[in-house]
Amino acid sequence: MKLKHLTLAVAGIAAAAIGFSASAQKKYDAGANDKEIKLGDIKPYSGPASAYGTIGKAISAYFDKVNAEEGGVNGRKIKLISLDDGYNPARTVEQARKLVEEEEVLFVFNPLGTPPNTAIHRYMNQKKVPQLFVATGATKWNDPKNFPWTMGWQPNYQTEGRIYAQHILETKPNAKIGILFQNDDYGKDYVKGMEDGLGDKAKTMIVSKVSYEVTDPTVDSQMVTLKGSGADTFFNVTTPKFAAQAIKKAAEIGWKPAHYLNNVSASVGSVLTPAGLENSTGLITTQYLIDPTDPQFQNDKNLQDWKAWMAKYYPSGDLKDASNVYGYSVAQTVVQVLKQAGDNLTRENIMKQAANLNFTVPMLLPGINIKTSATDFAPIEREQLARFDGKTWVRFGKVYAPAND
Amino acid sequence: MTSADLKKRVLWIGGALLLVALVVLPFLVKNYRVFQFNLVMVYAIAILGLNILTGFNGQISLGHGAFYAVGAYAAAILMDRAGWPYWATLPVSGAVCFVLGFLMGFPALRLGGHYLALATFAFALAVPQLLKYKHLEGYTGGVQGIVLTKPEPPFTFRFLDQPFNADRWLYFFTLIVALLMFWLAWNLLRGRVGRALIAIRDHPIAATAMGINLPMFKSLTFGVSAAFTGVAGALGAVAIAFVSPDSFTVFLSIFLLVGVVVGGLASIAGAVFGAIFIQFVPNIADELSKSAPAAIYGVLLIGLVYLMPTGVMGMVRRFWARWQPGVARPSGQPPAR
Amino acid sequence: MDAFLHQIFSGLANGCIYGSVALALVMIYQATHHINFAQGEMATFSTFIAWALITQSGMSYWLAFLVTVGISFAAGLAIQRIVLRPVEKAPVLTNVIVFIGLLLIFNALAGWIFEHTVKAFPSPFPQQSGLATKYFSAHEIGSLIVMLVVLAALYSFFRFTPVGLAMRAAAQNPESARLVGIRVSWMLGMGWGLAAAIGAVAGMMVAPIVFLDPNMMAGILLYGFAAALLGGIDTAWGAVIGGFIVGVLENLLGAYVIGTELKLTVALVLIVGTLTLMPSGLFGKHVVTRV
Repeated sequence: MKLKHLTLAVAGIAAAAIGFSASAQKKYDAGANDKEIKLGDIKPYSGPASAYGTIGKAISAYFDKVNAEEGGVNGRKIKLISLDDGYNPARTVEQARKLVEEEEVLFVFNPLGTPPNTAIHRYMNQKKVPQLFVATGATKWNDPKNFPWTMGWQPNYQTEGRIYAQHILETKPNAKIGILFQNDDYGKDYVKGMEDGLGDKAKTMIVSKVSYEVTDPTVDSQMVTLKGSGADTFFNVTTPKFAAQAIKKAAEIGWKPAHYLNNVSASVGSVLTPAGLENSTGLITTQYLIDPTDPQFQNDKNLQDWKAWMAKYYPSGDLKDASNVYGYSVAQTVVQVLKQAGDNLTRENIMKQAANLNFTVPMLLPGINIKTSATDFAPIEREQLARFDGKTWVRFGKVYAPAND
Repeated sequence: MTSADLKKRVLWIGGALLLVALVVLPFLVKNYRVFQFNLVMVYAIAILGLNILTGFNGQISLGHGAFYAVGAYAAAILMDRAGWPYWATLPVSGAVCFVLGFLMGFPALRLGGHYLALATFAFALAVPQLLKYKHLEGYTGGVQGIVLTKPEPPFTFRFLDQPFNADRWLYFFTLIVALLMFWLAWNLLRGRVGRALIAIRDHPIAATAMGINLPMFKSLTFGVSAAFTGVAGALGAVAIAFVSPDSFTVFLSIFLLVGVVVGGLASIAGAVFGAIFIQFVPNIADELSKSAPAAIYGVLLIGLVYLMPTGVMGMVRRFWARWQPGVARPSGQPPAR
Repeated sequence: MDAFLHQIFSGLANGCIYGSVALALVMIYQATHHINFAQGEMATFSTFIAWALITQSGMSYWLAFLVTVGISFAAGLAIQRIVLRPVEKAPVLTNVIVFIGLLLIFNALAGWIFEHTVKAFPSPFPQQSGLATKYFSAHEIGSLIVMLVVLAALYSFFRFTPVGLAMRAAAQNPESARLVGIRVSWMLGMGWGLAAAIGAVAGMMVAPIVFLDPNMMAGILLYGFAAALLGGIDTAWGAVIGGFIVGVLENLLGAYVIGTELKLTVALVLIVGTLTLMPSGLFGKHVVTRV
């Protein structure tokens, strides 16, 4: 054969070989290979927020299920490295660096708390490692332009506050509102949402705004102040223990306002039952997840599946704790992202798939979905109002959804 | 040669080796480990500050986390709101905390033992609340805190195949400051001042009778101790590049005290061991148990205290004394109950 | 005016909580001259045990109450004998560190064994009984009575019984007490046992109001300390009165003076200020050392 033909033939075979391998190519970034995908997660297993450590355990248990029953995702087992930061932002920085630089995980997801996430926000974006589905309701995680590697998950607190404000304006435009809020970013975010939702009328409608610290033993004094202010509508921005106290105290001092309870503390079993079911009648909240203690769902197939999963993979977990539903659902979202990524397990593709979600998970209420796009980094935005009738939360009205959902 | 000469030689060679090790170390490990070692040095300075007050002078403080926080926030506010370079914030943090500590010293004069512990505990609880206070939010960033930019190294090179990056630069910066602070403390405490502090701790009435100005000394000690911890706080803020009220809860104060006891009361070198303990043991506890890491930490803490009731340096001193029989040594140690 | 009175009474009710925790602290102090930082977590753990007995084993309230108090006494004694005896001779701060270790262990264990969800704890004083008034719930009055009973019992124990006298002697002057034949170590153990028992009572009185979870005592402990020190760490009834003062002050300051955002700061500044003026607390014995 002439040299020219030989060269062409070799070139042709080489080109074909390259092209062939490119199409069947699996692309991996750190933490991913043919056999497993290494993921990282940071939770407060110790310290003041250790109640939320169970989310981490639930996520781990869900991955156990996926690995055992489905052989992982696309044939690769998920290996979760979950570290404790004690809700101390300094330690969150340390653990995030450990996950990225030493454990070399593919991405970090669901770190918990606004200060911890703020502490690692810049670092994760600098390192171009996805910081997915952060476990806080603050609004600032939905900023794809400036922080393209960070994404939220749950409906944010300000949106919820605005929904309540809208409802008040619709049903009771001359209401006198009293607010009890926890003196931290979570509490202040809710208050801002309500104030924004009321607009100009906020100054005249909100007659009393009292805060409490997590270290306060009771909120009795604040409740007495609120009653004394003459408010006839109560916005209750408290975590479960204080929510139960507030509901009980309101009944004890004979104060019966229109009572809006923030979603974080709306569990029938963990908050309303200790506070007293009769005292809780008439409460209004918004919901997006199924409450595992709510009687109306007892025969619901999704809840039965969840309970079966808890029994098999997380038997020491508390069936009354909504955090375990939260962890289950976040884990399912992660699995969906991995499924969509297929064999292209680069961090860039992970972010691309995370920004391309349009599905729902079993424990979300009917009508609530998970939807993201390149300009919308807020996966769950829909919520619906519900009123407690003494036994269960009865959803009413429309499903609030933002324009782009 | 005499045993004293031998001891000196051993100390000098040991010290030199240690210094070489400290300089080479950051190039042998990954960035994130360098970051951890950086934090160890920061805590060591903070613990040293507390030890000056509690170990050498006998005033129990459960509130040094507050001084650490003030130092950190002072640095953060200067860097973020006023554009100061990071190295210039250290003296300011130290000065602010000195004044604050000195002022704390006056009511502390009337309180002893448990009452002082409670008062400082209250201070530690009050500071995060003040940091969240809405009228100060413009400066402190409120509950959101302040995000800082990590400083870049002024020059770069490669050594042992690792680049001299921001983490390593900060490590050396902290190392130099730490060496300086330790030398300052050693200088301060080995002379008249140190003896006066110990005298005040052990026999306050006799000390006054000897002419030591008790109120002045005690307040100044508070101030100096706070200044040390404040400088540590500033260094910590620079390394972590973030401050928020949640970073400085009362547990920080408790852990600094743990560091003092673990390292050894009235010991300068002990501060390093104490810092190593409070930096790494929570991670060990985390690896051993996800269900109750704090319980493992508690068990390890109690276990260590059983084995070494006078701290790591106390144990080292006992071995050293056994190796050198018949030598009377002056003890800076507090008397047992 | 109504709201003002209500704040005061609410403060008194809170003060009852602080006072009962302060009692336990004073108890340990009188027996051992130590302040036990783990007191709150031990009380919480005891309350969890009571909760488990009542809800899981179906025991009646008062039986569970007695059993829990008994278990707490035994546990307190055991902790002193096993955990604290090795460090008896060590410096004060070493003991403080051991208390901190115990605090962490009890808190983490409570969270692990009993979970973090909020639990309702039953009250033996039902809401509808004749005890309730407009400003105080039946439970609040009931727990006040319980605390006064405990206080009276403590007082008479220390004042009138030989064992109480022996305990006071052992705490004040261990060497002389040994010479007289008092077994000092066992006195310390008993002191711990009693303190744990009182802590259990305090926890069971507090839980119906604040709800039971592993961090129940975290905030209360600080106010309990403040109450004990304000009233004088060596007098039991001083601690109780200190509790009332702290409770009322905290409420009034938060509601009318400084707002709730700085409540903690101001209340504590006030307490520290008082201590600066009266270093042994309001009712404590002023010990004068002659040189």
